[in-house]
Amino acid sequence: MSLQIKNGQVVNPLETTVVKTDLFLQDGKIAGLGSAPKSFKAEQTIDAAGHWILPGLIDCQARLRDPGEPEKANIESETKAAIENGITSLCIPPDTQPPIDNSATVELIHHRNEMFGHQAHVYPIGALTRGLGGEQLSNMASLRANGCIAFSNAKIPLANNLVQRRAMDYAGGQHSLVIIQPIDHDLLANGCAHEGAVATRLGLPAIPEAAETAALAKDIELVAQTGARTHFGQLSSARSVDMIRSAKAKGLPITADCAIHQLFLTDHDIGNFDSNMFTIPPLRSQYDRDALREGVADGTIDCLCSDHQPHEVDAKLKPFPSAEPGISGLDTLLLLALRLVEEGVLPLADLIAKLTLNPTAIMGLPGGRIGIDEVADLIIVDPDSHWICNASSFVSKGKNTPFEGWDFHGSVTHTLVAGNIVYKA
Amino acid sequence: MPSNSIQLDDNGKLRHFLSIEGLNQTILNEILDTADSFTSVTDRTIKKVPILRGKTVANLFFEASTRTRSTFELAEQRLSADILSLNVSTSATVKGESLLDTLQNLEAMQIDMFVIRHQDSGSAHFFAQHVRPGVSVLNAGDGQHEHPTQAMLDMYTIRHHKQDFSSLRVAIVGDILHSRVARSQIHALNLLNTAEVRVIAPRTLLPMNTESLGVSVYEDLEQGLEGVDVIIMLRLQKERMRGALLPSEKEYFRKFGLSQERLQLAKPDAIVMHPGPANRGVEIESSVMDGDQSVILQQVSFGISVRMAVMSMIVGQSGLQSGSDA
Repeated sequence: MSLQIKNGQVVNPLETTVVKTDLFLQDGKIAGLGSAPKSFKAEQTIDAAGHWILPGLIDCQARLRDPGEPEKANIESETKAAIENGITSLCIPPDTQPPIDNSATVELIHHRNEMFGHQAHVYPIGALTRGLGGEQLSNMASLRANGCIAFSNAKIPLANNLVQRRAMDYAGGQHSLVIIQPIDHDLLANGCAHEGAVATRLGLPAIPEAAETAALAKDIELVAQTGARTHFGQLSSARSVDMIRSAKAKGLPITADCAIHQLFLTDHDIGNFDSNMFTIPPLRSQYDRDALREGVADGTIDCLCSDHQPHEVDAKLKPFPSAEPGISGLDTLLLLALRLVEEGVLPLADLIAKLTLNPTAIMGLPGGRIGIDEVADLIIVDPDSHWICNASSFVSKGKNTPFEGWDFHGSVTHTLVAGNIVYKA
Repeated sequence: MPSNSIQLDDNGKLRHFLSIEGLNQTILNEILDTADSFTSVTDRTIKKVPILRGKTVANLFFEASTRTRSTFELAEQRLSADILSLNVSTSATVKGESLLDTLQNLEAMQIDMFVIRHQDSGSAHFFAQHVRPGVSVLNAGDGQHEHPTQAMLDMYTIRHHKQDFSSLRVAIVGDILHSRVARSQIHALNLLNTAEVRVIAPRTLLPMNTESLGVSVYEDLEQGLEGVDVIIMLRLQKERMRGALLPSEKEYFRKFGLSQERLQLAKPDAIVMHPGPANRGVEIESSVMDGDQSVILQQVSFGISVRMAVMSMIVGQSGLQSGSDA
């Protein structure tokens, strides 16, 4: 199979350039850039004039709810949502039901993706401890051999620092990446909104910044102690950005991401108890939002993710504190990213790097680059189309979005995985 | 500031009664004036008016309550409503029925008005967003958010004794963090142009940015009581000791209990209020509670007229002028 994509603007995150170049794809790979390789004969041609060509996006944190919660979503529904929204790779945290702490579950996920999936790569993140219980280490070497790309305890912080230290030592010893979402369970308590004027006024149980930063400080110390390569996920506060920045300056093997909605929303968006604004970590203040944007711009935050958490309608149809936290994010990930470019946070290619090159480099995955011999996971984007966000037209099974009614620019016209067109608008 | 227009119709009249925040001075005064007209009903031998005749009111209490629930029921009876009272904590929701299903099942019984107490902040707004058009929701306390009829009966009590809010200093003492009563009182006092609203509490019982509610914050009871006209004591929930918010009831009383001696720091004609139920010897000394300056029992009886006022305004009748005497 050979394919030529002509006249498009190629967004190259590695060289941080946007250049009009023809792309020549053969045998699932990029065989030529600008000029066709010898004896190349295009069986198919796409004219991408006026459109952008990007590496397929890598979402480093997305819950597909499979196995375990079919009422919310499944691999079939969510890989379809991914592919139609320009995401070709999904890293899924281990808090499925059962959790990803054994090879059978890893195989089940791969099997379901092969059987029912829509060609997106699904990369399981293994449980750091058995059953995410925080007591015994999981069989990390076996899990890794079966395809787990990293290890994490997802949203369940380890209660015991000694276990955490040993888990990080063990993972580090086999050169596996550890992923931590910093949460102090006691400080989180039963909170559901950022501790500040909004929670005070609405009488919502509050989540202090320290619920994140106290854990992060300890986690960074354990990175210093163990040397385990560690990625911090879903940061939400200004102080966390500072802590990551200075830890990186000290040379610790640390990277970080934040959920893209944190760069747009604040606690004020809760309005009159809008349960679609209920997330953990919570939407924080304008000050935190601005600091996160700064962290994205200066490279402190390496990746952006959807932190996709699709829910059935009933999960959100409850008073705010009783609703389930999380946002259905696959349908808006690229659109929000493009909006960050419009708002001048980062130039296009630098921003796209946080959704392509950087996550692949951190997680050790193929894709994310445009270059000779790179895998041809590519998307073509029409930057001029515009769309008023409307949850009922989401491809994801989860319609829980806080962005209803937002005006977005850009749409995916084609998604290619290994050189095959898997989606065409 | 989010719009609370869900509470008001296009003519600015009450449709639901969810929170003091989002209302305006005109409505608050109308509630107080209407309550005045009902206080006379309460004093009569035949204590009924037909304003809610033919209407059905459901009292849905997801949390235990004695005083709020019984004064709501009395208010409904005196307005001639048909009443359905459900203690929901012991009924359907325990069997797994969702909140919304409970609500919709009751709606199918042609309920006109729901009086709801629920443990979640924001639950009153949630119900109001989901009832059918024409059905009203009254918040009888939602989590730690608001308890607006309690605040209005407190305003009524204050006005009864003090008339003009703009010259008053009011101190609210106790667990501000967890208190829906305090939040409603603060909004109401500010809407009525109270000269100064103080809150007095140990730091563990103050929410973040308390000042943003429009109050001055004192962590010392004696300083805070200096020269005030009204003292509102809040109930200290026993479970606060377990959460490490306070060391002991004894120590709390030592630092924040209202004693005769401390009462002297306020203006000589200061009144003492408490939304109840009070813990004698924890937040308030018995002699103060039963003393001359205490208006605590009056608050309870005013609670009936104020709730009658709110309900009558919601059905579109302001006080007695439109409802003929029974």
